[in-house]
Amino acid sequence: MPVQLFVTCLVNSLYPDVGKATVALLERAGFHVEFPMDQTCCGQPAYNGGYHNEAIDQARQTLDVLDVTKGPIVVPSGSCAAMLIHHVPELVAAEPGYAAKATRVAARTRELTQFLVEEAGIDIRPVRCALATYHASCHGLRWLGVVAEPKTLLDDAGVERVELDGEDECCGFGGLFSINVPEVSAAMMDTKLDRIEASGADIVTGVDVACLMHIGGGLRRRGIPIAVKHIAEVLAGDPE
Amino acid sequence: MTTFRERIQEAFAEGVPISIDLGSRGRHEHRVSAAAAFPQMEEMRDRARTIRAEVVASLDEQLGRFADAAERAGSTVFFAADATEAREYIVELARTERVTRAVKVKSMVTEEIDLNAALESAGVEAIETDLGEFIVQLAGQPPAHFIAPAIHKDRYEIADLFVAELGVDYSDDPVELNNIARRHLRPRFLTAEMGISGVNFGVAADGSVALVTNEGNGRLCTTAPRIHVAVMGMERVVPTRADLAVMLEVLARSATGQSLSSYTNLVTGPRRSGEPDGPDQLHVVIVDNGRSATLGSSAAEILYCIRCGACLNTCPVYRHLGGHPYGSVYAGPIGKVVTPSLFGLEDWHDLPATSSLCGACEEVCPVRIDIPRLLVELRRQSVDRSTPAVRRSIRLYASLTTRPRLFRLLTRVAARLGRLWSRDGWLRRLPGVLGNWTQHRDLPAPAPETFSDWWRRNRGA
Repeated sequence: MPVQLFVTCLVNSLYPDVGKATVALLERAGFHVEFPMDQTCCGQPAYNGGYHNEAIDQARQTLDVLDVTKGPIVVPSGSCAAMLIHHVPELVAAEPGYAAKATRVAARTRELTQFLVEEAGIDIRPVRCALATYHASCHGLRWLGVVAEPKTLLDDAGVERVELDGEDECCGFGGLFSINVPEVSAAMMDTKLDRIEASGADIVTGVDVACLMHIGGGLRRRGIPIAVKHIAEVLAGDPE
Repeated sequence: MTTFRERIQEAFAEGVPISIDLGSRGRHEHRVSAAAAFPQMEEMRDRARTIRAEVVASLDEQLGRFADAAERAGSTVFFAADATEAREYIVELARTERVTRAVKVKSMVTEEIDLNAALESAGVEAIETDLGEFIVQLAGQPPAHFIAPAIHKDRYEIADLFVAELGVDYSDDPVELNNIARRHLRPRFLTAEMGISGVNFGVAADGSVALVTNEGNGRLCTTAPRIHVAVMGMERVVPTRADLAVMLEVLARSATGQSLSSYTNLVTGPRRSGEPDGPDQLHVVIVDNGRSATLGSSAAEILYCIRCGACLNTCPVYRHLGGHPYGSVYAGPIGKVVTPSLFGLEDWHDLPATSSLCGACEEVCPVRIDIPRLLVELRRQSVDRSTPAVRRSIRLYASLTTRPRLFRLLTRVAARLGRLWSRDGWLRRLPGVLGNWTQHRDLPAPAPETFSDWWRRNRGA
C-alpha cells in the first residue's frame, strides 16, 4: 500500500535524518513510501502567528500537492499533523474548491507514531539505545491525543526509559513565541532542561523536531551532553 | 503604558517569587485529583459548557428574567453600562446612606471597575476581608490570582507586612497570621454599614445571588451590614437552581480541588420582616463594561468563564510570571483573551502574543473554553501590529513556500551557507530577530543535504 510522506519543512532542511528514519520504519512495515516533491510548509507558523492570508496560501499549496496522491499521509510531527487535520480545514473553509480538498487530506493525515501503532501493527525491532526519556509535545498530545503510542513503541523496541517529571509541560518553544517573548520562552525551557537533567537520561526523545530543536539548542548552550533524537531515529536504529 | 514584554523583563529582573510556581502547581494537582475522584467530571464539564453557551446566546432574556425575579424578591437592580456608571452608583448609594465603612468579599469584577479607589476618594473606608485580598490590600497591590490573590507572598513576607501595617508582634505561624487578620477584621465587620460582594452566579428563576467562599467572610459581609451591594458581571447568570448545581460541581473542583467550597450562599433579596438578620437593602449592580460588545462574535466565548483560575494554575507562562506582569486584573490564559476583548485590542494586543499555544488551559477549563483558538483569532486581528521584522520574515517564507522549485533551490543554498557559517553544525549568534533565539539557545544549522535532495538522489523522481 502506498503512503505519502509529508516530511515537514524543519525536517527537510534541518533534520533530514529524521525523514530517512521515517522512510526506513514505514518500508520495514511493508509500505510503499512516496514523497510528493513539491511539498514545502503546511503554514503552521503563519497560522499560529495570526498571519492567516499567508497561512491560507501555504495551506493551498500543501493541499494541491497532497490531494492528488493516494493512501495515508504520514507526518513525523504531531504539530504539523494537527495543523493539517484540525486547522487547515478551518482556515480554507471559505476558499472556493479547497474546503473539500482540506477535508479529504485531513481524513488521510496521520501522525507517525499513531500510524505505526494503529494501522501498521508492525513488529518493532529491538534497538540499542542509551537510557532515554520522553517529552510529550503539546500539539500532538492535546490536539491528536498522542499519549501512549510513543512509549509503547519505545518499550516494544526494548528502549530503557525513565519517566520525565512534568513530561506534558510545554518546553517553551511555541514557534514565533520563542522569538517574540524570548525571556518567558527561555524560562519555560530552563524548567524543562532542569527536569531532563534530573531524570538521569542520556537521550531525550519526542515526536516533534521543533520542540526537540528547542530542547537540544538549550542543552547545547548549557554544555550538557544529553543527546536529542526524534523517535523515528530511535526506533529505526542507526540509519544507513 | 509599558509593554507586556517590558513588564516581564522587569518582573524577571526583580525575581519572580517561587511561591507562584509552587502555589499554582499545587492547586493544579488538587484539581487533577478532584477530577479523577469524580467520575462525572467530564460529563459535568459538557453540561456546564452547554448551560453557559445557552445563557450567553440568550443573555438579554436571561438578564431580564434575573432582574425581574431579583426585584420581586426585594432587591434593587441597576444596570451599569461601564465601570464609571457602576462606581458612581455605588459611591452615590454610600453617600446617601451615610456609609463610612464597607467590608468586601473578594470579587474580580470590583477589581475590574476599580471600586475601592472610588470609595476611598468618597471618604468610604473599603476593607477587603478575604485573607488573601486583605494581605494584598495592606501591601497596596492588586490580586495576583483569581482565587489566591496573595499567591506571590510567602508567610515571612506576610509576617513582616502585618508588623509594619498592623503594629502587631512578629509571627510567621500561618495559624497566628490568620488570627491576627481575624482579630483585626472582626470589629470592622460589625461596624460596617455596607457589605460589598461579587456574584458567582445569579439565578434567573428566583433572583438569588450565589456566592461561594472558603472563609465565612462572605456570610458576615452579606448579613451584618445594613446594606449589601452585589456586583455582577452581566454574563454570570444561570437559568435555574438545577443549573447552578451543575456549575457548582465544576467550580470548586476546578478552582481548589474541593468537591464544594466551604460556604455556598444563596442570597434571595434583603431581610424580610420577621427574619432575624440580613441587610435592609440589597442592591445588585450588573456590569457590562465591554461584555455586550463581544456578543455575536467569536469572542463571546470569554463570557462562559466562571473565574475558577484553573487555567492560571496549569499555565506554564503564568507559573513563571505570576499575575502582576499581565497588567490587567485578569491574568493568565483567560486573561489574555478577556482583557483585549473587554478593554480593547489596541492597548492589549501583546497579551495574546505571549503564549506558546500549548493548550494546557483548554484541557482544564470547566466550561471548555477554546482559549488557544481565541488567542490565534486575536493575533489575526492584530497582525498589523506585530513586529515588522517578524512580519516580513513570515511573508517572505510564505511566498517562497508557494513556489516549490524556488523553495528547493533556496533550501539547497541555505544548506551550503549554513555549513560555512556554523561550527559543528550549530549557530551560536544570529543577527536581527533571530538573535532573540540565540540569546538563550543554540540553533542547528541546515543539514548539508536537504531531505528532498537525498530522496531525489536515492529514490529518483
